[in-house]
Amino acid sequence: MLTILFDGVAYGMLLFVLACGLAVTLGLMNFINLAHGAFAMAGGYITVILMDRLGLSFYLCLPIAFVVAALLGIVLERLLYRHLYNRDPLDQVLFSIGLVFMAISGTSYFMGARQQIVHLPASLQGRWHVLGAEIGIYDVFIIAACALIMIALQLVLTRTRFGSQLRAAVDDGRVARGLGIRVNRVFALTFAAGSGLAGLGGALGAEMLTLDPTFPLRFMIYFLIVVTVGGTTSMTGPFVASLILGIADVVGKYYVPGVGAFVIYAVTVALLLWRPYGLVSRETAR
Amino acid sequence: MTATDRNLAATRPTAGADAPIETPVNMLRRKQAWKVWEIVFWLATIAVYFLFPSKLLLMSEIAILGLFALSLDLLLGYAGIVSLGHAAFFGLGAYTAGLFAMHVSGAPLLGLLAAGFVAGVLGFASSFLVLRGSDLTRLMVTLGVSLMLLEAANQAAWLTGGADGLPGMTIDPVLGLFVFDLFGRTAYLYSLAVLFVLFLVARRLVGSPFGLSLKAIKGNLLRSQSLGIRPNRRLIAIYTISSVYAGIAGALLTQTTQFVSLDVLSFQRSADGLLVLVIGGGGYLYGGLIGAVIFKILQDWISAITAQYWLFWLGLILVVIVLFGRERIAAGPRTILSVIRRRFPREKSA
Repeated sequence: MLTILFDGVAYGMLLFVLACGLAVTLGLMNFINLAHGAFAMAGGYITVILMDRLGLSFYLCLPIAFVVAALLGIVLERLLYRHLYNRDPLDQVLFSIGLVFMAISGTSYFMGARQQIVHLPASLQGRWHVLGAEIGIYDVFIIAACALIMIALQLVLTRTRFGSQLRAAVDDGRVARGLGIRVNRVFALTFAAGSGLAGLGGALGAEMLTLDPTFPLRFMIYFLIVVTVGGTTSMTGPFVASLILGIADVVGKYYVPGVGAFVIYAVTVALLLWRPYGLVSRETAR
Repeated sequence: MTATDRNLAATRPTAGADAPIETPVNMLRRKQAWKVWEIVFWLATIAVYFLFPSKLLLMSEIAILGLFALSLDLLLGYAGIVSLGHAAFFGLGAYTAGLFAMHVSGAPLLGLLAAGFVAGVLGFASSFLVLRGSDLTRLMVTLGVSLMLLEAANQAAWLTGGADGLPGMTIDPVLGLFVFDLFGRTAYLYSLAVLFVLFLVARRLVGSPFGLSLKAIKGNLLRSQSLGIRPNRRLIAIYTISSVYAGIAGALLTQTTQFVSLDVLSFQRSADGLLVLVIGGGGYLYGGLIGAVIFKILQDWISAITAQYWLFWLGLILVVIVLFGRERIAAGPRTILSVIRRRFPREKSA
């Protein structure tokens, strides 16, 4: 029981790292980016390539995955995304679906359609026995890494000048512009950071989440759940939503495998019925 | 959209010549009148039956995709609701028709009715979810509902055959007369007939005061309310109608292919529907049909070159269309239509 719970927590925290970038960009620019998962996939594949072909260590691959995904994010943002900020949601949805499709078949062209396996370093394999429960070292590592990332995020958001600019821009973009905050630049940087985090999450979770070319499509719904259920005004909402989702998914798949992912979708739709604007409400939604 | 409509109305020479004061009823009647290009369009759909007898299976797929896009057009083009999960109704209709043929009756028309009914019930029930919340919540809920159905169909293998699909149904001849043949002759004419009938209904619907009120809601929710329109009721109605249409499209696919697979519920199918509508342009009913023709021909052509990477080109087309501007693309078919109309003015107008 404790083991499963622990699995669920690790999974949930991983989901948070993957999805938090989407929460910020959605709240900031109201941009519905369904292609967010593609950056996560990029991070995962970079890890696989670097480890298999160049023999780099797993730990070294993580920051590289972050940097490459962030660069990819900023390039795409400057080239493509920025043209679509003021379009209606349908355009944004179509555009990002198009990107997802291209990412899927592009990846299967270069890497093949089969699942990629990340060979974890020996130090992350195995299990500890604590209080009668078996706890995977990989789970502990993921939880620790995600907790570090979250603390760093929270510090950046609350303690730095950039963080306060970002919060101001999310609260009210127009007033923030009036105060001389360059919202577009803030957004570009945030987009890059969000994509980078997704890449890092993809690299961290490549083993747990099964990496194959359909990754962006499979996890699109999870990211959207985290963001819609959690709301976009704070980091707390998405975090709570990720944990609930992660635990519910793992527990559901373990105890009632016959029902599968059905539980998640049902819970989500019910939650949205109860609070259409997310757990932590977004009344100020533009 | 409305701007072009007004332009068309202004340039039409005979408009209101006999009725100097235009009443709302006159206006609706005038907009309802059949135009020459419309008649040409439908005659052409019959002509292709004789011109390309070897491509009938493809063309029946086009008709079905066109019907699916038409149902999405009612939702998106007229009511302005973006749905990411319209395949839910398509798939539900497909499975209903399949199970109906296996367990109840093989009569195709009864199957269509059953599929439309079941899809409509789901549409009605889920319309209450869709009406709540913002655009994002809507996307989420429509996507969530369709994924729920996909998962349910996948898990309930005893009923749906799961990932293996649902084979082994027999569909009786249409009206007891026309047997479904290997070359798709019956399939095409049957799909086309159903498409045409449902198109007529849709045409009547969007030309009615109800259709106008939908456009008003899409244009400005607050103002439409102050005109005495109750948006929620109208949106529930159009959502239900649209899901009935999608369900019937799904049933047509089942009946003409005599097979159902999980693929009918996939996200890909919802995305295909959106793309078709975007190619053809929404809000004038023909967009879905023209889009379906272009989409299927493109698919046929690209798949022949690189079967595996069709998805890539599909994505590229989507990205390019959006960057280039949806309106400009959608204006394409319409400009062609208006050119045709200028070439061949109405004979009777003199």
